[in-house]
Amino acid sequence: MIPAFFVFAYLAVVLYIGVFALRRSGRDSAEDYFLASRSLGTLVFLFSLFGTNMTAFTILGASGHAFSNGVLTFGLMASSSALIIPLTLFLIGTRLWALGKRFGFMTPVQFFRDRWECGHIGTVIFAVQAALLVPYIIIGVMGGGATLSAISGGWVPYWLGGAVVALVVMGYVFFGGMRGTAWVNTLQTLLFLSFGAIAFGVIGRGMGGFQQAVTDLLSSPATAPLLTRERIPPSFFLSYTFIPLSTIAFPHIGIFCLTARRMSQFKPTLILYPLCLLAIWLPSVFLGVMANRATDVPQIASKLEARRQLTSQGAALPAEERARLRQAAAGDDVIVLLLEHYAPLWLAGILGAGIMAAVMASDSQILALSTMFTEDIFAFYGGKERFGPAVQVHTGRIFVIGLTVVAYLIALEAPATIFELAVQYAFSGYAALSILLFAALFWRGSTKWGALASTLWTVFAVGAVAIFQSTVPAPPAGSEKVIWTIGELVLLSRTPGGTAIFGLMPVVPMTLISLGLMIWVSMLTRKPGEQTLLRYFPQPALTTCCA
Amino acid sequence: MRIALPVIVIIVYLLHQDVWFWSTPYPLVLGFMPIGLFYHVCYTLLASLLMLLLVKRAWPTHLETTASPRHPTEDEAH
Repeated sequence: MIPAFFVFAYLAVVLYIGVFALRRSGRDSAEDYFLASRSLGTLVFLFSLFGTNMTAFTILGASGHAFSNGVLTFGLMASSSALIIPLTLFLIGTRLWALGKRFGFMTPVQFFRDRWECGHIGTVIFAVQAALLVPYIIIGVMGGGATLSAISGGWVPYWLGGAVVALVVMGYVFFGGMRGTAWVNTLQTLLFLSFGAIAFGVIGRGMGGFQQAVTDLLSSPATAPLLTRERIPPSFFLSYTFIPLSTIAFPHIGIFCLTARRMSQFKPTLILYPLCLLAIWLPSVFLGVMANRATDVPQIASKLEARRQLTSQGAALPAEERARLRQAAAGDDVIVLLLEHYAPLWLAGILGAGIMAAVMASDSQILALSTMFTEDIFAFYGGKERFGPAVQVHTGRIFVIGLTVVAYLIALEAPATIFELAVQYAFSGYAALSILLFAALFWRGSTKWGALASTLWTVFAVGAVAIFQSTVPAPPAGSEKVIWTIGELVLLSRTPGGTAIFGLMPVVPMTLISLGLMIWVSMLTRKPGEQTLLRYFPQPALTTCCA
Repeated sequence: MRIALPVIVIIVYLLHQDVWFWSTPYPLVLGFMPIGLFYHVCYTLLASLLMLLLVKRAWPTHLETTASPRHPTEDEAH
């Protein structure tokens, strides 16, 4: 129960931050509520941008993935993100910021509409972005309920935990808007950063040092591969580097780029982003791998037993039994279990608050959807002109309440696996949508029809992969089910963890075909007018002349 | 620098694919960290250095000068 008190104290603090942010805002304008008046300072911008992009997956999912797959998780997800995410912030984030300052854009959709001289393309992109974002919010509510229930030892039931977390997130987003969300994200990031180092030290000490644990893992043929990447092909590893392209296409990240007071505030963010990733991901991944040696923790021992059964008898078992064992062997809670076992009670409480911070990352997504709805739909279709800016902000706040309530009700009834699958492929979908930003910012020749083709392709591809994975059961670990071949070449196969196309993750063909469609269709269709192009691609001579 | 920087970025991207440490954990750095994991820790630090280089040598200053604010923020208004 004691850890739960720390978590409740943390929830009270973040709720207060939201109310405090409301008192600091002073203006009832959309730009203030949704973008904090484009006034975030250097440290808040760095930590909150980082925190916005860190979800429950960072600590819980990363350690769970490492528990099952080993140290490769770090190279697969963290070090590739350490390069690609700052690079896309450098190339695209700074340009979005500049256009936001210059033309007053508050969402990427406003930019797309203006750049391609078409309102409808913005509406289509809004619908697709929203559809890909909603599962995250539902997963966030589910994660909140499950974590609060686990940390309190079952004293807080799942439905109540989910309700408490949903109410707190809704509260500080409702009151504080972007300012409150950014401050809470800053606090969350500081908690993440301290969480990693403390958990690493405490659990390492509890396990009697990591040297012996690593030696033990290497001495067993079942666990030695966890310390290398021999279980995955290099092509799979390479294709994972496409996934971080999704970050800049997420609406909450795109919108967040507009909140910096000055463009120079991107500089420390770009340089320190990889270091923050390192500080959080390295302990999470390493501890996830080390959990394989924590056989004195009964729940971890039963996970290892489920994995052993899956490996030894998997091929002979029916698909449902394999799915049950896969669920029983999943390691998303190994960090919580390690802390419960090795950390003193008071420290487990503080670290539990850190985990709670990770789970509550749906705040930015709720705010982003609210911003998009009020700006891209309500204001665009005349609501702002008819009812005024104050009603626009009220509409945004009402949307926050409605969205959170709907997400909570769905989280109570629907199975988590559906949304986990949706989230898994939302990353690939957003990576394919990143082509829209690159084309709009860097290619004069891109057109609304090219953008429409890329967007519709993304919808089709995400849907096709999701249907494929839900209808073709996953094969046993270490094997693949070949579905379609051309001669000797395997075109499509179902793997234990997902889908492979030419041995690559679906994100690669999805993104490359999205790029191809953008180029091909744009070349066949009419470009925007010269006036529009001059605003986005001023001629150097003209700039000098006007300056 | 106009050509060198993109080339450096591509080289750093390719360095992520370290096939040479694929199937061995040895040597164990500090006695417990597999070499493949240590390589990617160093790679993450390299990514930070690359960003420092880009910020110093290729910062898009022209965007700052052309982005005249439509609505000055409180800070800038005073």
